[in-house]
Amino acid sequence: MSDNTMEGGQAIIRCLENEGVEHIFGYSGGAAIPIFDALVTTETKIKFILVRHEQGAVHMADGYARATGKPAVVLVTSGPGATNTLTGIMTAHMDSVPMIVITGQSVSWMLGKDAFQEADIFGITMPVVKHSYLVKKGNDIPRIVREAFHIATTGRPGPVLIDVPKDISAGPCTADLHAEMDLPGYRLIEGVDNDIILQIAEALSKSKRPLILAGHGAMISGADASLKAFAEKARIPVTNTLLGKGVFPETHELALGMLGMHGTAYANKAICECDLLLNIGSRFDDRILGKPEQFCKNATIIHIDIDAAEVGKMIQPQIACVADAKTAIDELAKHVPSLETAAWCRHLDGYKTKHPLKFKRQGSLKMQHIIDEFYKLSEGKACVATDVGQHQMWAAQFYKNDSRYNWLSSGGAGTMGFGLPACIGAAFARPDDLHVCFVGDGGFQMTFFELATAALHKLPIKIVVLNNHYLGMVRQWQELFYEDRTSGVDLEGNPDFVKLAESFGVKGFNLRRPGDVKRVLGSALSYNDGPCLINCEVEKTDNVFPMIPAGAAIEDMLIDPPTRKLEKPTGST
Amino acid sequence: MTNSEKVIHTLSVYVANKPGALARIAQVFARRGFNIESLVVSPAVDGNFSRMTIGCSGKPDGLEQIIKQLAKLIDVLHCIDHTYDQSVMKEMGLIKISVDCEGRSEALQIAEHFGCKTVDLTKESMILQVVGDPAKIDALEEMIRKFKIVELVRTGKVVMSRGQKRT
Repeated sequence: MSDNTMEGGQAIIRCLENEGVEHIFGYSGGAAIPIFDALVTTETKIKFILVRHEQGAVHMADGYARATGKPAVVLVTSGPGATNTLTGIMTAHMDSVPMIVITGQSVSWMLGKDAFQEADIFGITMPVVKHSYLVKKGNDIPRIVREAFHIATTGRPGPVLIDVPKDISAGPCTADLHAEMDLPGYRLIEGVDNDIILQIAEALSKSKRPLILAGHGAMISGADASLKAFAEKARIPVTNTLLGKGVFPETHELALGMLGMHGTAYANKAICECDLLLNIGSRFDDRILGKPEQFCKNATIIHIDIDAAEVGKMIQPQIACVADAKTAIDELAKHVPSLETAAWCRHLDGYKTKHPLKFKRQGSLKMQHIIDEFYKLSEGKACVATDVGQHQMWAAQFYKNDSRYNWLSSGGAGTMGFGLPACIGAAFARPDDLHVCFVGDGGFQMTFFELATAALHKLPIKIVVLNNHYLGMVRQWQELFYEDRTSGVDLEGNPDFVKLAESFGVKGFNLRRPGDVKRVLGSALSYNDGPCLINCEVEKTDNVFPMIPAGAAIEDMLIDPPTRKLEKPTGST
Repeated sequence: MTNSEKVIHTLSVYVANKPGALARIAQVFARRGFNIESLVVSPAVDGNFSRMTIGCSGKPDGLEQIIKQLAKLIDVLHCIDHTYDQSVMKEMGLIKISVDCEGRSEALQIAEHFGCKTVDLTKESMILQVVGDPAKIDALEEMIRKFKIVELVRTGKVVMSRGQKRT
């Protein structure tokens, strides 16, 4: 078939091939049939993964992208098929994940006439996409697909939606598949301002207590090696955000681990005491600021971000550098010598000794124990997906990440139901690696139907259900701030997760006693016939510490359970 | 202007003429609690682009973020705040007043003072067309209020930088 006798749907598939796409996650439906037909008629090598719900498809694509740094593709139909992607698109948007979502749409002449399965997905998704398209002409397809990939993957990445009316996907496309882009308003940041680099170097040279804050932007930029070299050369300790886990080895002597609401005590102490904060690619999320007006109030704040709109959004830095993180670090490294930070590092090491992350291995079974043991048994090499809540924070604390692309967690959005499909998506991308999903009993039940997808493809994933029969994080807040008035958090009626797994053809294990942790996890790790699930009956009312109540200053961190009554938090959630 | 009066900011936005561009721009304001007070959209010299002049009000510290978020939109080429520069700022207003022959000459006198054109005249009413900076139209409105204003339509301001500065 030559380029100029294609149907629109075929052109879409060919364009995706040109972009190097290997997998599409999706769910079929009437308005998307021409595109699904093209998957057959073009004899494409792209693998289509049929999921069980469109939200699962988007989270899989998200996990795929986070685990590789490459854009992932979703294909769904119109109306409810399209609206079911919304949570996933918002999740990807909040965390700057590159993704192309292609939605079928009613035929053009029925748009706006309440046609069957018509939804204005272009309008509905507008606040949660980096950009979006409603295709009006078949010949626009090559240009639009090319632009979509360019936009999704460059600058600050994000999801791009392409809505394709059925008459367009079934109609002709005679345009050259290698179309020119037409994006006059989209300009990328190139290079870095040398004067600003010199200013930063100057500030660093005066600093006695410098601290690097490494965020997701550093990860996306591929700055891990540069960051390590720079921090080691300049002798600057490093803390990372939740999404920055792995961009700097968390087991490194200069590493302080995650900061923020449930970060390590020593990272948060370092934030309070540093005299210079070098933020590389973090957007100063409210989870790490505590009380913005008191955040690092005695320190010089430097903010490196590729998105100019992030500079001054939450915190006004003394020096702003709008640039790619890796470019900026490499340039900075040329001008910064080894700094006299030995005393400062020793001081922080003192905090590490005094306030380590801790939990009890005795008594009831703890989530921390399971995560810590899994970390040890997997030698820290697993690609870890999490859901959202207490287990997510404990996973962040106890599963140390020493390399990038091995931490998949919904940070900005905090989307329950993310973990399992994200883990599945990552397993499609990296079938030879070990994949684990730490998930609570609440979040697991939001997307557990994707067990079918995992089982069908015999994906080597370990699903660790940390089952406390509660929505634990909300229950923790209710206990600490609402006089233990639990409300809407008791998940009575949970199914038997092992039986549930087995009904999908997924191997199941039960784990109930601390003494069995090593043995059961060991069995799960050596199981090699597709996915397996470990149902862990854990302590019901454990709480995550350290904790900085939302809106409180970092200085007010609770390192241990409080002995006094606490005021209700002033910050959002 | 007293402190109690809210500042109306004037932004010019140069934007690629693509579907959804206006909706995306409006959303930036709505999400951050800014009111759009006036909005003028017209084709630029190059028909592939549009000029927008947006009058808006809201907390001053939010404005910088609005400008950055607008500039970040894929279809936006640039966004400039003209609130405090000396740009040329013009607006047109049409004011229909209820006036019979008794008040007509006084109304015409006021109209003449403000350089208005009378674009419609009947036994009971007239329509005045006024062009100028928004404050001038405010002033006319104030003066002509002694007659009954039946309808008032303003285009919203348009702005252009002076000399070599770009809008």
